[in-house]
Amino acid sequence: MKILTKKSMCNLALVIVLLIVLVCIELFAPATSMWFSVLRKVFTFSLAAVSMNLLNGFTGLFSLGQAGFMLLGAYTYAVLTIPTDLRHTVFRNYGDSIFNFQLPLVIALICAGIVAAFFAYLIGLPVLRLKSDYLAIATLGFAEIARGLVQLQQFGPVTNGPDPINNFTAPKNILVYAAIAGVCILIIIMLIDSTYGRAFKAIRDDEIAAEAMGINLAHHKRLSFVTSSFFCGIAGAMLAMCNTSVSSVSFTSSMTYQILLVVVIGGIGSVSGSLIAAFIYYASSEWWLKFLDLETFTAAGTKIPLLGPGFRMVVFSVLIMIIVLFFRSGIMGTREIDVYGFFCKLAGKGKAKKAQEGGAN
Amino acid sequence: MNIMPYVIRGLATGGQFALVAIGYTMVYGILKLINFAHGDMFMVSGIMLIYMAGSTGAMPIFASIIIMVILTVILGYLIEKCAYAPLRTAPRMSSMISAIGVSYLLQNLVSYITGGLSKQYPEIPGLSTSVRFLGVKDKLSVFVSPVVAIVLMVVLVLVINHTKFGMSMRAVSKDFETSQLMGIKINRVISITFAIGAFLAAVGSLLYFSKNTGINHLAGSTPGIKAFIAAVVGGIGSIPGAVVGALIIGLVESLAKAFGLADFSDVISFALLIIILVFKPTGIFGEKVIDKV
Amino acid sequence: MEDKRSVLRVENVTMQFGGVVAVDNLSMEVFEHEIVALIGPNGAGKTTAFNAITGVYEPTNGAIYFNDNLVIENHPQGKMKKNYAGRNMGKYEKIIVKTPDQLTRLGMARTFQNIRLWKTMTVFENVLTAKHLRRTSNYFTAMFHLNAREEEKMRQDTLDLLKLVELDDVKDELATSLPYGKQRKLEIARALATNPSLLLLDEPAAGMNPQETVELAQFIHDVREKFNITILLIEHHMNLVMDISDRIYVIDFGKEIAEGTPAEIQSNQKVIDAYLGVSEDE
Repeated sequence: MKILTKKSMCNLALVIVLLIVLVCIELFAPATSMWFSVLRKVFTFSLAAVSMNLLNGFTGLFSLGQAGFMLLGAYTYAVLTIPTDLRHTVFRNYGDSIFNFQLPLVIALICAGIVAAFFAYLIGLPVLRLKSDYLAIATLGFAEIARGLVQLQQFGPVTNGPDPINNFTAPKNILVYAAIAGVCILIIIMLIDSTYGRAFKAIRDDEIAAEAMGINLAHHKRLSFVTSSFFCGIAGAMLAMCNTSVSSVSFTSSMTYQILLVVVIGGIGSVSGSLIAAFIYYASSEWWLKFLDLETFTAAGTKIPLLGPGFRMVVFSVLIMIIVLFFRSGIMGTREIDVYGFFCKLAGKGKAKKAQEGGAN
Repeated sequence: MNIMPYVIRGLATGGQFALVAIGYTMVYGILKLINFAHGDMFMVSGIMLIYMAGSTGAMPIFASIIIMVILTVILGYLIEKCAYAPLRTAPRMSSMISAIGVSYLLQNLVSYITGGLSKQYPEIPGLSTSVRFLGVKDKLSVFVSPVVAIVLMVVLVLVINHTKFGMSMRAVSKDFETSQLMGIKINRVISITFAIGAFLAAVGSLLYFSKNTGINHLAGSTPGIKAFIAAVVGGIGSIPGAVVGALIIGLVESLAKAFGLADFSDVISFALLIIILVFKPTGIFGEKVIDKV
Repeated sequence: MEDKRSVLRVENVTMQFGGVVAVDNLSMEVFEHEIVALIGPNGAGKTTAFNAITGVYEPTNGAIYFNDNLVIENHPQGKMKKNYAGRNMGKYEKIIVKTPDQLTRLGMARTFQNIRLWKTMTVFENVLTAKHLRRTSNYFTAMFHLNAREEEKMRQDTLDLLKLVELDDVKDELATSLPYGKQRKLEIARALATNPSLLLLDEPAAGMNPQETVELAQFIHDVREKFNITILLIEHHMNLVMDISDRIYVIDFGKEIAEGTPAEIQSNQKVIDAYLGVSEDE
């Protein structure tokens, strides 16, 4: 028990340090710094990746419907937070929006989650009976249906049809994003650590054994699916805030694949892995590797051949393939960050570490 | 309203999807892997032809077609060797993710080469000429597509059911280890399966793109996903199923257009997919899977 | 025997797959605190019968009572009506088939022939997770850790259980890293964690060496005494069966051919013909 508290204290310290760094960035970084846009993306997709991990990594349900649930969340959030006096300009092609109120941010976020969760509940009834690949296909199909329906003219007064929605509440402060993602991820961690989380893992490891031990498969799969979709919806709302505009074209299946790649890079079944991977993925694709797209980029006075528009994505996909093929368990595998264990190792306390690893692996 | 043109165009698109769908279904049958990169392979073969015989290339069209088919087959072979073979013993999710990675790579590579722009597909003598049949006037490729798909399907089914290679293919799809113990070179069988799939994708791309004007790096995703739906609807793993499924999808989408539901056509095919999965989870021609305790 | 309470009663159960009759009109009864073995040659239909009892398969015909409550009942339907080979056709009107998890909640727990432990979990977590079905907290109280007292009790119970079955020294090891015999023991412990009144063991001695088998026999005996439960097992290992069973049912080709105490079974000519005479070493 004593080691446990030490461990969580150290992890808490890590979170506090990161928080201080964040506050410093928010306060002191120049307004043009890439940190802002990158970190907003990182927090958004951290939450998306962790909620996907809850389903794919911890419950063993291979779902590819994330883009669909994010779309539902994003639209719900955007529609509910447009100031009333701006509604008619946003929905000018459809007369006016059918909603004539503006909700505060937190309530709109929760609504975003609830709408996504509600649809997850509906499609979960038939779809969750399907096995691995078929579940993936069906959820992918659902996401595409959602994307198709949202664009329809008939839904114009609700979704603004194919036109983008903008002018809704979109905070710029990265601490807001950190807080939303932080609270949601904390809840997911607590869930995974609870008796229900263990039941999810049992289903992942061996469905038949789980059922024989009295775990109601349909019920628990649905719980996991609905919970994951709830947080996916919130991630969608965060994405809407990031982009300050919502349009169905951005919620394609390739977005789901992106989130999946983040989960894989971080390690399927590791929350902290997803967080690290989300940071590395979005920081490098949006920032650190940006120079690869510039033909004019020079290193030590010489021009590097091959650089040009699109080269960044090529390099990026090659890197992803390398990770998928050669580092299959990702950065963290199924482990979690363990600052205390890390320092034990540094201090050469081999014995304490060994005893712990037995439990952690 | 004359419904005939819609039926014929539906069957034509269905036939083109079928050629791609067979590739999905064969790979799934043998590796239990959804080859997400298949649609992109289809797109790459179209791009290759453009660079050889289109506005940027100067090679004679027939020579380019032959080279294009050969290169696509080699590409299919290489993808299997590099991205799927190393993951043979890994969990199924890993190879599916690898497939997504390859798809990503192909799209980005093509986007880099083309600069993300749409390219003009070359005129193919014969296929692009207009003809009149059953009172419908359209390009020859439209009328040829379903015929080509069905002929190739029959040939494949005959090969699989009546040749030694077909027998080894069926064996590998049932059980890897036992097949290996029986002296079947499973890697060779898998490579050939991928090569056949790539060949069909190349033929399909020829028929599909010759009626479209321009193609870009995303041109493979729509036919890819439609063909994939077709394979699942027909019962993934079954070749006749893939063709039937593709013809159904082609017809349904075309008829949706006929009845003024063009906006809905994607939604309808996905809804069809989900309905089929819910009521007959392994598709129309799929085998039932029984869990063993 | 008659004064004892019936725990499990199987009435005329038939399992038919297409034209194959795997279990043919099997009836059996298990009383409180008994150890009953179901034996038979390979392919006799033991595991199928087991799967019908635990709700994995829907029986083609027959009924199963658990603690005198009807839990499973079916009669031939649809295509099966034509193929059905049993004698009690039309006797049962409705279908009741509880799913495996419902049966476990009623107090029937099982192990598997090919060990099915949760492989990414430790020994402790395997047993702890099996306690999930007796939870009283709901999803939200569990999610926000408002059920600390229950959680603490679950952990304590798990520890106590592991001590009872002498697995507490390896509680933090990965379940699949244990030696084979201990994995079997852990599977039994996991089943016990669901607080069953009837424990069903599917070939518990499969793959064990003679030494481990002797220990297992002792262990099964101890489990019955310590947990005061009833045990039904399928087993190939004759020494073990004869050693621990109170009563034995013998089936061959899906049909019951004998029932009785170990001594009676050993001297039963039918059984010797069907089974013991043919494969002495089994």
